Amino acid sequence: MKNAIGREIPGETKGQGKLRPFLGAFQGAPETFPRLPPKKRSPPGGNKVFSSLGDLFGDLELKSGATVSFHHHLRDGDAVANMVLAAADKFGLRDLNVSLTGTFAVHAPMIELVKKGVVASLRTSSLYGPVAGAVSRGVFPTPVLIHTHGGRPRAMKNGELSVDVAFVAAPAADRRGNIVGHLGKSACGSLGYAWSDADHAGTVVAVTDNLVPFPLFPPSIPQNKVDRVVAVESLGDPRGIVSGTTRITKDPVALKIAASAAEVISASGLLKEGFSFQTGAGGASLAAARYVAQMMEKDKIRGGFALGGITAHMVGMLERGLFQCLYDVQSFDLESVRSLGRNQNHLEIGADLYANPHSSGCLVDDLDAVILGATEIDLDFNVNVVTGSDGVIMGAAGGHPDTAAGAKLTIVVANLLRSRQPIVVDRVITATTPGETVDVLVTERGVAVNPKNQELKERLVKARLDVKEIDELKSLAEKIAGAPEKVDRDGPVVALVEYRDGTIIDVVRGVSG
Amino acid sequence: MTARTRRSLLYVPGNNPGMLQTGGLFGADVVVLDLEDSVAPSEKDAARDLVCGALRRVDFGRAATCVRLNSLDTFAAADLKSLVPARPDLVLLPKTGCPGDVLELVGILERLESLEKKDRKPIGVMALIESPRGLAEINAIAASHPRLEALVLGAEDYAAMVGALRTKEGGEIALARSQLVNAAAAYGLESFDAVFTDAADDEGLAADTILARNLGFTGKSAVNPRQVKVINDLFSPSGEDVDWAGRVVRALRQAEKEGSGVASIGGKMVDAPVARRAERILRLAEKLGPGGGDGR
Repeated sequence: MKNAIGREIPGETKGQGKLRPFLGAFQGAPETFPRLPPKKRSPPGGNKVFSSLGDLFGDLELKSGATVSFHHHLRDGDAVANMVLAAADKFGLRDLNVSLTGTFAVHAPMIELVKKGVVASLRTSSLYGPVAGAVSRGVFPTPVLIHTHGGRPRAMKNGELSVDVAFVAAPAADRRGNIVGHLGKSACGSLGYAWSDADHAGTVVAVTDNLVPFPLFPPSIPQNKVDRVVAVESLGDPRGIVSGTTRITKDPVALKIAASAAEVISASGLLKEGFSFQTGAGGASLAAARYVAQMMEKDKIRGGFALGGITAHMVGMLERGLFQCLYDVQSFDLESVRSLGRNQNHLEIGADLYANPHSSGCLVDDLDAVILGATEIDLDFNVNVVTGSDGVIMGAAGGHPDTAAGAKLTIVVANLLRSRQPIVVDRVITATTPGETVDVLVTERGVAVNPKNQELKERLVKARLDVKEIDELKSLAEKIAGAPEKVDRDGPVVALVEYRDGTIIDVVRGVSG
Repeated sequence: MTARTRRSLLYVPGNNPGMLQTGGLFGADVVVLDLEDSVAPSEKDAARDLVCGALRRVDFGRAATCVRLNSLDTFAAADLKSLVPARPDLVLLPKTGCPGDVLELVGILERLESLEKKDRKPIGVMALIESPRGLAEINAIAASHPRLEALVLGAEDYAAMVGALRTKEGGEIALARSQLVNAAAAYGLESFDAVFTDAADDEGLAADTILARNLGFTGKSAVNPRQVKVINDLFSPSGEDVDWAGRVVRALRQAEKEGSGVASIGGKMVDAPVARRAERILRLAEKLGPGGGDGR
């Protein structure tokens, strides 16, 4: 069947069962699934601490076919998912369903465990490195579910995703299970993606390489949600966990795009007292944040909040009084980790408050402007951030669809040509974020406004921005690089791209090789 | 951008397809596709092909296209043979040492252009002055041929050749700057200051650009696209400049109407050089439109 943006979606798939097609960004009705709440008890004087994963697995009632979960705050330095899954293999567990909030190159050992039958399925918001390639080649027995940051807490809250054991990597924990993320050799800052696991999983295990004296306060996740604490040698490689510093690009093309994106925000009329903002940590995004900061300083504007993945630049804006607070669901660099521990206006939040569409109000809905990237964007403004122009998985849905839906002004920034491929195409290979939630595309050769937003277009024209139609940008790109060849989409379904409301916005089909 | 209103001249390596493709995006008034210093001798052929391809296919917007040739004693003739059919707006001759160099270049250009369609605009010439000899002969070079449109200072080579220590403050090139500005002004040419080589020092660039502007240069060279905006902004007339120029022109018209040979503003006489300066400011302001219009 075809969904609301014309994507062919199978009625059901192995593992995921019946699929609900995407109906529109704000159309999917909330669903609930029957589930008994977990039984919990921790008698006074009881011991939660285990000195090894071996001891822990001897105690856990974990069975083959269970669902286990992990967060990705340790990013490409994470050793926890690998060590837990290896221990599960050693204990003879099979057919595990893995919910890992983000998958990186470091998770490559999972491929062998899939082949061995230890891992049966994967839900994740991002796929990078060898696991991404393995998914594209159809190594997993069931299609991988790619969810958004807001979609996961929705699925946990409504019972759709039922986690038996959550293994929460904890850069610091005490014997009672109080956890923080901003201390220790494996400090990663916010633990926001693990908060839903702590709330809803049957058993919550803190995995730590930094057992500190009780009480550890204030906790990110408190002891009343944590059932076991296991001490391990190391959570992973600190070099892969956070970058020392996130640097603003020096690439003149990216800087030009960033300056235009900041001008779009200025021209939109949203840059005023109480302004709220989110941007990524890559390429043009940080540079755009710097230009926005300069505008705010010049016009003496005090913003409300900045949201999302937090970097040193956002911390700097908070400290200069440009925002009243930071809402941090993920900390990208050392400075943001440090700030989270010391600045009371730098607030740790969970993914539910961040972006769950089926809550009583998530923060993305209060964003004035968000700046997002794209690997492709089509003439209907649908954005692909999951597959490359060759159809191979190499990216993340992450908070892209969530923030695009919530923000008043959604700006997509992209080089019109990437590796000699036009970024604007007739139809994106994989739709991740629906065009109805995207307002503007900013490239180095002009700015295109979604026709649904005529008022914004008039404002940008008045502000003398180089406004073009999106098909004009496509022609420009093709004039330079030629029209891209069509990618064959006839392979078996290897991944489902779930929209934040639980409907399926697109599928990824396998590629050979 | 038409001659006499050009503020910035951006060098782009001729052997870098990505940078050739994006060279026109940064608001530079002249984009110089470089075949000389940025290209190793073994890559000259390939770079020539790339530059010709870029001239034919890349949209440089309103920037004038220019190619920095190799010197006359190396590959300039071969460069021109490939380039003339691709029709850059200008060529920049490096190591211009005497008027004969300009004449030799023009001779090659005329021969090659005679093989092309006649309705095409002749390719303009800019001379890069980057040697003590070139500076010694600068007045004769400036006067050498009507196709010469601009003198461009190459400070790094010049300083090295006179044995000066190159500094950010630029005291060692003060004489070269002033002589070049004077020669250009004397013969109605544009004058472009040398590049400011530290692309990470925005404040240093601004100070260097203000110095060049105040000395009388009509524009400045840029080695990095990020420098273009600073140069354009500082070489663009301010609102006050435009008001002043408007008053000058109105006073001249009024004087003409009244049959008086002499116009004055606020008691000061408006003579021919002042009138020319005012006209250039108005031309530039008209080209740029309200708000400067760079890179849009």
